[in-house]
Amino acid sequence: MVKWTELERSTVKAIWEKVDIDDIGPQIWARVLIVYPWTERYFGSFGDLFTITAILKNDKVAAHGKVVLKALDKAVNNMDNMKRTYADLSQLHFQKLEVDPDSFRLLADCITITIACKLKSALSPQSQAIWQKFLYAVVDAMSSQYR
Amino acid sequence: MTSLSAKDKNTVKAFWAKVAGKEEQIGCDAVSRMLTVYPQTKTYFSHWKDLSPGSAPVRKHGATVMAAVTDAVSKIDDLTGGLLSLSELHAFTLRVDPANFKVLAHNLLVVLATVFPNDFTPEVHVAMDKFLAAVARALSEKYR
Repeated sequence: MVKWTELERSTVKAIWEKVDIDDIGPQIWARVLIVYPWTERYFGSFGDLFTITAILKNDKVAAHGKVVLKALDKAVNNMDNMKRTYADLSQLHFQKLEVDPDSFRLLADCITITIACKLKSALSPQSQAIWQKFLYAVVDAMSSQYR
Repeated sequence: MTSLSAKDKNTVKAFWAKVAGKEEQIGCDAVSRMLTVYPQTKTYFSHWKDLSPGSAPVRKHGATVMAAVTDAVSKIDDLTGGLLSLSELHAFTLRVDPANFKVLAHNLLVVLATVFPNDFTPEVHVAMDKFLAAVARALSEKYR
């Protein structure tokens, strides 16, 4: 189990408080599909993802971004319990959705970069370190049922 | 991984032009973040007196790295040839594990996002990510 200091807990919460899921969710998801286009393999039902413009305008991409960030909210509120919190979602992504868990790492990096655009220098090196520790714990929890 | 398209190269050159004048700030921040967020990278700098964010050696190294990336942008049509001596330096003298090139690249992208929040669009992000990966490949050429 990952151990969190008081500073780490408060830093994660402070960053998360600045995230508007409806605004940032779509941006993050569009970024993942544009920067790592092979991730489109999981979204055959999303319609037109053939150009950057199409991805940025795609309603299903935007909606999915919000879904994913709402799920991340669970991690912020269950930092001591991430594996149990995400057990079912991990199982779903492995067995049913068949998502390569490396994609979770790619998503984590896009989340960090989108938040960096939003927070700018307020995302200090120390905050970035804590935020990435948090995200990689989420990635681990999401990968935990892959066996 | 694919090589850089003409569009990628133009995107990189246009975006990198905006960096002019901010190289020191960006380089310093990128190296500071690399050392803070990925402490394993400190193992290459035990000869520095001070590894804290923004310290003199960090600032100096940031400037060195940024000058090299700016040079790489000018040699974008032949990174392997253009970065040959740098590759030899990293392979034979510094012997930096090439995995760290990706680590530094990630932190540079984070800094670019903070400095250019409106210009660092997904389009620019993918072109820069591909470019830095190509630079990493060119730097790894002489390793074995």
